[in-house]
Amino acid sequence: MLISEKQALTERVGMLVQKYGNSRSALIPILQDIQYNFKYVSDFEQQEVARLLDIHPVEVYSVVSFYSFLSPNIRGKYIVRLCQTISCELSGKEKVAKAIERELGIKFGETTKDKKFTLEYTNCMGMCDQSPAMMINEKVYANLTPEKAVQILKEVK
Amino acid sequence: MENKIERKGQVIFSGYKYGEGIKKALKLSPQDILFELRESKLRGRGGAGFPTSTKWMLTAATLDPEKYLICNADEGEPGTFKDRVLLTEYFNLVFDGMVIGGYTIKAKYGILYLRGEYKYMVPDIEAHLEKMRKDNLLGKSILGKEDFNFDIEIRLGTGAYICGEETALIESLEGSRGEARNRPPFPVNRGYMGKPSSVNNVETFANIPFIVMKGGKWYSKLGTEKSTGTKLFSVSGDCEKPDVYELPWGTKVSELLELVGAKNTKAVQVGGASGQCIPKSQFDRMLAYEDLSTGGSIKIFNESRNMLHILKNFMEFFVEESCGQCVPCRVGNVKLLEGTEMLLKGEFTFEYINKLKELGRTMKIASKCGLGQSSPNPFLSILENFKDEVFNQGMEE
Ligand SMILES: Cc1cc2nc3c(=O)[nH]c(=O)nc-3n(C[C@H](O)[C@H](O)[C@H](O)COP(=O)(O)O)c2cc1C
Ligand code: FES
Repeated sequence: MLISEKQALTERVGMLVQKYGNSRSALIPILQDIQYNFKYVSDFEQQEVARLLDIHPVEVYSVVSFYSFLSPNIRGKYIVRLCQTISCELSGKEKVAKAIERELGIKFGETTKDKKFTLEYTNCMGMCDQSPAMMINEKVYANLTPEKAVQILKEVK
Repeated sequence: MENKIERKGQVIFSGYKYGEGIKKALKLSPQDILFELRESKLRGRGGAGFPTSTKWMLTAATLDPEKYLICNADEGEPGTFKDRVLLTEYFNLVFDGMVIGGYTIKAKYGILYLRGEYKYMVPDIEAHLEKMRKDNLLGKSILGKEDFNFDIEIRLGTGAYICGEETALIESLEGSRGEARNRPPFPVNRGYMGKPSSVNNVETFANIPFIVMKGGKWYSKLGTEKSTGTKLFSVSGDCEKPDVYELPWGTKVSELLELVGAKNTKAVQVGGASGQCIPKSQFDRMLAYEDLSTGGSIKIFNESRNMLHILKNFMEFFVEESCGQCVPCRVGNVKLLEGTEMLLKGEFTFEYINKLKELGRTMKIASKCGLGQSSPNPFLSILENFKDEVFNQGMEE
């Protein structure tokens, strides 16, 4: 990484610490903010957060690795999360999954080469009455069919 | 996505005028409210069913001036979506309930712990809280009551089912991994930031304004002797009208199936993945703490469904969501999943399956928190209630 890039990251993390405070309970809101804006929390950012909150970097990593909505690895601009729990499973999740894989040309757990889409499974997201359901970043889409899911992805693209 | 309208019920869906409950509550003393709450016999709607009056009384009784009131909106139990409906269509009730709670236990800070999946609700909720502040229903000297200051902050979850467990929730609020704590100390004595904290479910709060307005006696007449009031049931699966239904406790499973248009029903999973699965012969049992206790998740499976597929899906859920802290839960769930896969293939010995059942029973006792204590429920109940189907599968092919 270029030194200027590093400095920019340090500055950004510093601003987040100002916004959320430097107590331990600010850790997750800070990480959520980084994740929201950059889709992952890099090693360097984790170290910076640790330094500014005065905790060990391992503590930060242990948190990042615990929560499924935080990621230490680079992700796509759009994270597609399809629900894999029972109501969605019974109402046709498998077909929707296949259609999405075909459309994006990747498997679940993967990211497209252009870093635009990451495909993941998630657990029950509280939309069982309108299953199958998925999220793209924060947005929820329900009552999916293979066609509808592909259409939604096309619109996002 | 859409939420459907026109729901009817005896309490929560009976209609409510914003702010009414708070106005009434502030004319009473906290002791009066605790009294009404005890009369109502309201029990927590998050699943465990702990008496709300006791929890609030314990928190109110602590002398620490810094206390927290936490609304648990982590709603991660598969099949539960009532809190989503409450927080998108009935948030008047939830936040009025929280303000009344703050007044009762003398807390200044309220926290809404909202699961990350519900982040899209934040703008509307923030706007509502802002309106409450303008109307002096939140903030300093609420409704002119000089020493009553209370405000609510939203904190987001980060995609972990275990964080619905109240001590794991507190750990995550404090910036740690969501790993359940040993109890005691209980959160009412040492919760968020080591301060007395009461954690209550969204639906529990939604009941509060009605109990304050209409009285605990009125409330206790609904439902059964031991399970008073009504319950929101999140119904999904094989039925015509999946939705949230408000029904008095004591309703029979068969009555509910009729209401939601379920046909050819083979099995009903009561209480989500961690609940139990009952067969047709038990559909006359009632939904109540004293019989089929539940946080409200009802999943309906018709004759075409394979019980082992369903079980496998549940076990995969638990393997993924176990926090990994204690051995019985971390290893046990993996073993039960393996066992389910063996059954699916028909490659098992009865001796081994019996060992797994024993393992399930051990997990219920030896796991550190409610996750591992309840995750064997679907395994044990499906193997018990659907013996014929389960043990013959791989054989027929
Ligand atoms: C694994 C696990 C997950 C839980 N998830 C939730 C949840 O999503 N929402 C909730 O209100 N309670 C949940 N609970 C129960 C809470 O620990 C706690 O009992 C509840 O929030 C108390 O509120 P109540 O007294 O109003 O029910 C969960 C418990 C366990 C063991
Ligand atoms: S099972 Fe998919 S949203 Fe609940």
